Amino acid sequence: MIRFDNVSKCYETGHEALTNVSFALDDGEMAFLTGHSGAGKSTLMKLIMLMERPTRGQVFVGEQNLAGLDRQQIPYHRRRIGVVFQNHQLLFDRTVFDNVTLPLMICGFSPRDAGRRARAALDKVGLLSKEKMNPIALSTGEQQRVGIARAIVHKPQVLLADEPTGNLDPQLSEEIMRLFLEFNRHGTTVLIASHDMGLIQRMRVRMLSLKQGRLAADG
Amino acid sequence: MAEQNNRRRGAQRLEPKAKVAVKRSASATSGRKPRQATALRYDSDNHWQTAKTAFSRLLTTPAATLMTVAVLAIALALPGVLYSGLKNVQQVAASWEGDPRIALYMELSVDDQQADSLSRELLLRDDLAAVELISRADGLAEFRALSGFGDVLEYLGQNPIPAVITVQPALMSNDELIELQQQLEMEPGVAEAQLDMAWVQRLNSALEVAKRVVVMLGILLATAVLLVIGNTVRVSIESRREEILIAKLVGATDSWVRRPFLYTGAWYGFLGGLCGWGLIQLALMLIDTPVRELAGLYQNSFSLLGLGLVDTTLLICFSLFLGLIGAWVAVSRYLRSIEPQ
Ligand SMILES: Nc1ncnc2c1ncn2[C@@H]1O[C@H](COP(=O)(O)OP(=O)(O)O)[C@@H](O)[C@H]1O
Ligand SMILES: [Mg+2]
Repeated sequence: MIRFDNVSKCYETGHEALTNVSFALDDGEMAFLTGHSGAGKSTLMKLIMLMERPTRGQVFVGEQNLAGLDRQQIPYHRRRIGVVFQNHQLLFDRTVFDNVTLPLMICGFSPRDAGRRARAALDKVGLLSKEKMNPIALSTGEQQRVGIARAIVHKPQVLLADEPTGNLDPQLSEEIMRLFLEFNRHGTTVLIASHDMGLIQRMRVRMLSLKQGRLAADG
Repeated sequence: MAEQNNRRRGAQRLEPKAKVAVKRSASATSGRKPRQATALRYDSDNHWQTAKTAFSRLLTTPAATLMTVAVLAIALALPGVLYSGLKNVQQVAASWEGDPRIALYMELSVDDQQADSLSRELLLRDDLAAVELISRADGLAEFRALSGFGDVLEYLGQNPIPAVITVQPALMSNDELIELQQQLEMEPGVAEAQLDMAWVQRLNSALEVAKRVVVMLGILLATAVLLVIGNTVRVSIESRREEILIAKLVGATDSWVRRPFLYTGAWYGFLGGLCGWGLIQLALMLIDTPVRELAGLYQNSFSLLGLGLVDTTLLICFSLFLGLIGAWVAVSRYLRSIEPQ
């Protein structure tokens, strides 16, 4: 589903964030991406999202070589992917429900259909009762779960999460990880960047380790 | 399939202690204040809905919106007033231009009878619509009555006023008129043929200059309208920066991001055009009375032309179009600026 072929990414600053990274993630597979801060985890995620382009090498998502996608095609590429950000990135000028329906409105769902799907997604993360609230009134863990609901509401083939448990206590982190496992069980390919080694090791899921931009371990 | 089973096993290994209720921390909510007042549902795919949402967004900042619309209205009204003023002057000029006259001043040696026979001859010509003779005697009487120098003329003993034949040419072009004037000057007994058109020409070339000034001013102010709308839309983009970034990340196309702002620009253009039209009509109403009085002095039944339906529609469509362009440019620039590389 996701394949990196000798990918290197050099930022304009001259800093090489990724060096010769190669790996493949099968359809429906789940993996953790670990590494110290600045190892290049976010950069790798951005390459999959086409928020950045690789300097060398090629990235494939579902047999599509991303180098072959132009500006106009990027939005449609992104619709196949759900993303959860480190800092949840919710909009505080609208309700939880409206935050979650955003990707559906963008994809052109009718408001009724979007509403149904958004409620289903909120139900999955256990926040259906808070749909009418402003996300600012929610706890950090709840906000993160709203972010997850928004990432999966349009049933993406791939789910990316960049440090989704970054600022949560261990219990909440585990709760969130369980959600990801749940989505993966339903067939979504999941890639999670995290440096919470304790948590990852308990999960016993495939682990890709980055070390200074190089893939140090895979397994 | 093997992959799927693997995953399943992995999932089952998760320890049951993960089943923990999420604690809600009160401290997390105390940081920022929700901006409920400005909360608006985001724009749906439906165009009318998007248009309404864009309009209600304008209403959330009524003072700023009003100010922008006022600036737009003034910028549109200024060339609009000049344009309709020009149209009115042209209308007047056209009514005069319709009947140029040529005055034939006869030699002093030509007496009234000779002048009369010439005028009869001229009457037969096809290219003249009307011929009028002012005999020497009539001319003298008129001069006496108008000037009050009658007594002086008595001493001269001889009538110094030549006979004058005024002809009104049939409809013809300026070149033909000049040709006719030269022809008539050749007629025996005619001292001078004066084409009473020079001032019309002067007026026309003055109008031509005025028209260009109005067009130039129009272009300048249209550019101003474009810039004002572009900048206003840019500000509203800045205030929705976060929303745009997130929308782009979850797969919004450029046109999806652009659409609500195009409606914003179109609303500004429309409202500016409408208010501009109002200002123009107001200005015309204010000068209507003095113009009527002035026309009355010249025994002219002149009525001021308003903008009319066509010009009004054009004005509003044009300013709406400017709004669209301004917004388009602003959003496109912004979208390019957030694009990596
Ligand atoms: N936009 C950028 N421009 C320049 N350097 C960057 C940029 N983004 C990240 N980097 C650098 O690339 C390296 C990897 O960053 P990142 O992928 O964010 O690491 P991680 O997510 O693993 O902490 C870091 O050294 C960071 O400073
Ligand atoms: Mg990172």
